[in-house]
Amino acid sequence: MEDLNIIIAGAAGEGVQTVGAVLSETVLAQGYAVFSWQEYESRIRGGINSYTVRIGETVSNAPRMEADILLALNDGAARKYLSRLKPDGVLIAPSERWERMIPIDFTKTARKEIGKTIYANSIAVGALAGTLDIDLDTLNRVLLPRFERKGEEVVKANRAAAEKGHALAKGQCRDICHWRLPRRDDRFVLINGNEAICLGAAHAGCRFVAGYPMTPSTEIMTFLAKEEDRLQILVEQAEDEIAAINMAIGASFAGARAMTATSGGGFALMVEAISLAGMTETPMVIILGQRPGPATGLPTRTAQGDLLFAIHAGHGEFPKLVLAPADPKDAFHRIVDAFNLADKYQIPVIVLTDQLLAESGYSIPEVDVGKSRPVFHLAVPAAFEDYKRYRITPEGISPRLYPGQSRHLVGADSDEHDEEGHITEDLGKTALSMYEKRLRKTDALRRDLPSPERYGVDDAEIVFIGWGSSRDTIREALDLMKAAGIRAGSIHFTTVWPLPDFQFPEEKRFWVVESNATRQFAGLLAGTYGITVSGHINRYDGLPLTPEFIRNRFHEQR
Amino acid sequence: MSNAEDFNNTVENQWCPGCPNFGILKAFKKAFAEMDKSPDQVCLVSGIGQAAKLPHYLNCNFFNGLHGRALPAAQGIHAANPNLTTVVVTGDGDCYGEGGNHFLHAILRNPDITVVVHNNELYALTKGQASPTTLPGEKRTLQMKGVEKNQANMLAMAMINNCTFVARGFAGEIDHLKDLIIRGVRHKGLSYIDVVQPCITWGTRPVSWYKERVYQLESDYDPSDRQAALEKTTEWWERIPIGVLYQTSPRETYAARFRNVVGGRAMAEMEPLGAEAVRRVFEGYYPV
Repeated sequence: MEDLNIIIAGAAGEGVQTVGAVLSETVLAQGYAVFSWQEYESRIRGGINSYTVRIGETVSNAPRMEADILLALNDGAARKYLSRLKPDGVLIAPSERWERMIPIDFTKTARKEIGKTIYANSIAVGALAGTLDIDLDTLNRVLLPRFERKGEEVVKANRAAAEKGHALAKGQCRDICHWRLPRRDDRFVLINGNEAICLGAAHAGCRFVAGYPMTPSTEIMTFLAKEEDRLQILVEQAEDEIAAINMAIGASFAGARAMTATSGGGFALMVEAISLAGMTETPMVIILGQRPGPATGLPTRTAQGDLLFAIHAGHGEFPKLVLAPADPKDAFHRIVDAFNLADKYQIPVIVLTDQLLAESGYSIPEVDVGKSRPVFHLAVPAAFEDYKRYRITPEGISPRLYPGQSRHLVGADSDEHDEEGHITEDLGKTALSMYEKRLRKTDALRRDLPSPERYGVDDAEIVFIGWGSSRDTIREALDLMKAAGIRAGSIHFTTVWPLPDFQFPEEKRFWVVESNATRQFAGLLAGTYGITVSGHINRYDGLPLTPEFIRNRFHEQR
Repeated sequence: MSNAEDFNNTVENQWCPGCPNFGILKAFKKAFAEMDKSPDQVCLVSGIGQAAKLPHYLNCNFFNGLHGRALPAAQGIHAANPNLTTVVVTGDGDCYGEGGNHFLHAILRNPDITVVVHNNELYALTKGQASPTTLPGEKRTLQMKGVEKNQANMLAMAMINNCTFVARGFAGEIDHLKDLIIRGVRHKGLSYIDVVQPCITWGTRPVSWYKERVYQLESDYDPSDRQAALEKTTEWWERIPIGVLYQTSPRETYAARFRNVVGGRAMAEMEPLGAEAVRRVFEGYYPV
């Protein structure tokens, strides 16, 4: 079957998210791959939000704007999103006019037929199941457990509401609904980037997370707080981001794997402490969920505008690693890498996500958990007669013990310090050798970094270079271009600093695709590898890159 | 049995000769010895300032972090390894100025740590500016026409926010301060000791001025009477009371619930979950 794209739209608090989530899970339970992404306003009630569910037989984790079906919980939402409905698409809405139309007034039907307006959402999911010809049993299996806590009456009412919606859609489908989603045997995990990061952190042996709520990273704390006992991770909501990262650094100094998660504004507050982690050589993992800035910016939208900020975060010079996972599966493994490398090189590791990766639901056939494992690098106390925390070594990595582990004392100082961690102003000798010792770690670190992923590069004339969450979107754009006879491939980076040793292919034209206006990654590439960039595709309106956007911009410019 | 000399080291001291900070340092060493602590059982945590250098001059584990951020770091250290005796050594600029919000929230969180604030009523390391505890009207190197801000009463702030151990010591009464530190460390929950520490370089009043005014709380003083204790915190210019101003039965400490689940080990000693356990969590993401 062709991929199918469905938009659910409505006001904040009206149930867009519930309807979207239930539809996604139902379709998943039916054996189809789902990609769901949301765009919403920064408010608790009102406004108009959307939840887009892409359905296919194979995995296609890229957002698309054009919809086959638009379900609008109110007519205002229908008007806002009709421009995204394909000409032959179907509208399900209370009374807004459209040629292919299934009119259902969800609220009115809920009140009149079921008894209360709160059942409107179950009528809506029922209507979607009816439109897609999914049987009610599958839907009820997903829908009804959500209400079990509320008692049998509520479960019964929701069942009746779903049936009503299903029947209303079926009865009005006439010849306009041509979709069939019969049960298939495929199984997919549906997971978002934040959840994958949490599981990766748990797998890596993270024990302490301190943070301050900020979209789109709040869910990391919420998820881990809920799983605190099972995963044995202590979660603390700090008074601010400064406290959050300093708490995490304290915990890490004391031997625990520790993490914090934030967005651009909170990250700005953390920057001094990133430098502290660099100076005290304390392992640290920081999740930076990007959204468009500056200042508060567009709090609930997506962007890749904090790349250079992350790379340059922290006063003074010290090594750091910046990763940008491509999807949740990649995020799971890269978070384990982040903890292992932070531990090995005793450096801060920043992991860049964005609202798209953090909050979208991705289908993954299987996560090979065993492919990654925690590798600990704490030293063994018995190996030392006379222990020095900052011993000068050829690679720059000093043996790390934690306080209270043994009779050996462990000291750390934000001032320049000697091998025992005590303040020094011995400029020519101690201070200089410490400075160089820290920077030396980058050489070994660089050798530990994977090369970027190549996709169809050999036969390509044009190579699209991207980083982070845009990987699958770019690959799908290549398919669109191939259909138009363009020989295109891609090179995708998920390690963005330091950039790994890599030989760019000769005689190709390079286009760089990124979600920012100032061509940040393109500048890094040119500076590091000396390649010439032929074209740029940049999106910075708060919406995610889509395959069509990339193709269209390419055709406009070439 | 440990003794105070075990906590000596050979690091060059950068304090001004004759600074009352030396008295505080001595009180710490005597306190740890009397509690029979060994250096590896103690972790001193500081920010930036003259007080914050103390951990370098005492043989033990230490984390000398960022200005104002000693408390967050200390709470992380304590969370990761509750078996350490974690003591924050800070100053009025570090703790009440730059780190004021952390101080409030540490009190609310109530970790089982001790906070000792060297209160010299000014910024010494940056050369004599006003701090939150400088008296209004006093001329300082940046407040040339006199301080216009009010003076903070952090002892009262701590009491009002249910800090269960609030004390004031004097750098000039070493044994008395030593006893306060011991009582503070033994107290379950956040214990807070503000230490009167005259600055002999930037201060406006000599050490003798303080000596004449400091007095130990009377033996019939009841530290569990919060109203009386609050009243005591306002007593400053004519006479300066030292001792445990306020102490009440401990309340729930930070991370107690988590520790009841996972036990009291250092987090570094906890085994990773393992791939099987993580795989089981992933199973929850497959459809029903």
